[in-house]
Amino acid sequence: MLDPKKYQKDFPILARRINGKKLVYLDNAATSQKPLTVVRAMEDFLLKHNANVHRGIYALSEEATALYENARKSAAKFINAGSESEIIFTRNATESINLVALTWARQNLKAGDEILTTEMEHHSNIVPWQILAKERGLELKFLPTLPEKGILDLNKLPNLLSSKLKLVCVGHMSNLLGTVNPLVEIIGQAHQVGAKVLVDGCQAAPHLPVDVQKLNADFYAFSGHKMLGPTGIGVLWAKQEILEATEPILGGGDMIKNVTQTEATWNAVPWKFEAGTPNVVGAIGLAAAIDYLNDLGMKNIWQHEQKLVEYVIPKLKAIAGLNIFGISEVSKNRGAIFSFWLDGLHPHDLASIFDEAGIAIRAGHMCAQPMLSALGKPAATRASFYFYNTLAEADAFLDAIEKAKKVFKL
Amino acid sequence: MSELYREIIIDHYKNPRNFGKLKDPDINGAEDNIVCGDRVEWFLKLDSAGRVKEVKWQGEGCALSQASASLLSEMLIGKKLTEINKLGVKDIYRIVGEKLNPSRQKCATLSVEALKQALTKK
Ligand SMILES: Cc1ncc(COP(=O)(O)O)c(C=O)c1O
Repeated sequence: MLDPKKYQKDFPILARRINGKKLVYLDNAATSQKPLTVVRAMEDFLLKHNANVHRGIYALSEEATALYENARKSAAKFINAGSESEIIFTRNATESINLVALTWARQNLKAGDEILTTEMEHHSNIVPWQILAKERGLELKFLPTLPEKGILDLNKLPNLLSSKLKLVCVGHMSNLLGTVNPLVEIIGQAHQVGAKVLVDGCQAAPHLPVDVQKLNADFYAFSGHKMLGPTGIGVLWAKQEILEATEPILGGGDMIKNVTQTEATWNAVPWKFEAGTPNVVGAIGLAAAIDYLNDLGMKNIWQHEQKLVEYVIPKLKAIAGLNIFGISEVSKNRGAIFSFWLDGLHPHDLASIFDEAGIAIRAGHMCAQPMLSALGKPAATRASFYFYNTLAEADAFLDAIEKAKKVFKL
Repeated sequence: MSELYREIIIDHYKNPRNFGKLKDPDINGAEDNIVCGDRVEWFLKLDSAGRVKEVKWQGEGCALSQASASLLSEMLIGKKLTEINKLGVKDIYRIVGEKLNPSRQKCATLSVEALKQALTKK
């Protein structure tokens, strides 16, 4: 069993005091905190190895290139990609998803074709498809949820499958509900009608072991900053043959092989999708983050979060007037993201009372407005845990809810 | 127990004063806080001397936005529009306290913003 206390010392920010109290950071679904090793790796690069990549013949540039390309290898291994050439570095998951919309989807979908997303997606897995659908005359459909159960309504899936369906976009784990979706089943059914599947792995990659080959997904997107890495670096993974057959969208340096006045030929994948000087420091930070996570073991991280689920769910359920969003029993199909509605207390007031206690939680729509609409609520309060969060911090969170109820005389 | 949510705020949140609508108001206007879904709408009637004779407001949202509207509504009776125009966020902070962080300031000042909105529409 992983001991979260042992890891807190690797995160200087977790020793901070906020409003006179020791910080309890429970907004990990928004972004994780960063361990010293990640900061040091980036500092080390900037102070000792900095040069542009893929350009110079000189030693320093070779060093920088090797570090950058090693980061790609780390990312590939982390999600068990078939090859590191299937890893495209982006700014974040949002850019990864948009990159698929602007390249593969734009090049392969025609008027009348369908894209299927789900009701529980983050806005970043909805809006790019709305934009593309409008531009290309595509139809965007939604797989509904069973809101009170917090899961996708898989019984509705067969009716949404047809030869017109070209792409299914689904989250691995919901950032609002914490629900882990049955990807193998969804991907299997989608492939039967010839549709490709894009998985938004933004919440899953930081918390559980991911194997894109076993999932047999076609695209997988995630962000570095939610998994101990810096902001500004993300990953798009896609199957090699898809990347080979897809044209780039951004032109410039690095992505070309040959340029004349009239035309250019493309570099090999993945570089043809990485125009211009990439976020080298970010990639190196991400690689250090992956090293840290690998040392802990993704299985152990998931196990610890399951322990938090077992601890927190029954206690939340016991609070009168509190309505848990998502799977509201102890279940292997949910992570340690706890969103809820408390009668008589607006999420923003709750968040302020938490803040007075030094507890950072989130209140608002969590970029999942369609799901909140399905739940019939204007906003939610969300506490999202990571491996460095202790059961004592879970208690502090639960106590703060009770305190808020007292302040509001509920 | 809470510096922010003093007794008076909770009281006005749970028992809002002057809550409701007025028919044929002389002044009417609303403001939304899109991020939170907070809303405050004002209804004012004036007497022949141009002083506020009746005031009602309605809205929904967090305690700060709703309590500050309730508290503000108690300050308006008998006031001239020029006086109301002078009310500002400072008066709100006097009521709800100075220690709000920027995201919550928007909640607390929604009531006065809505009132200004109503006055400019007149
Ligand atoms: C499920 C999910 N998808 C996508 C995103 C977007 O991530 P980013 O803002 O890093 O692009 C997030 C982050 O909020 C998320 O939780």
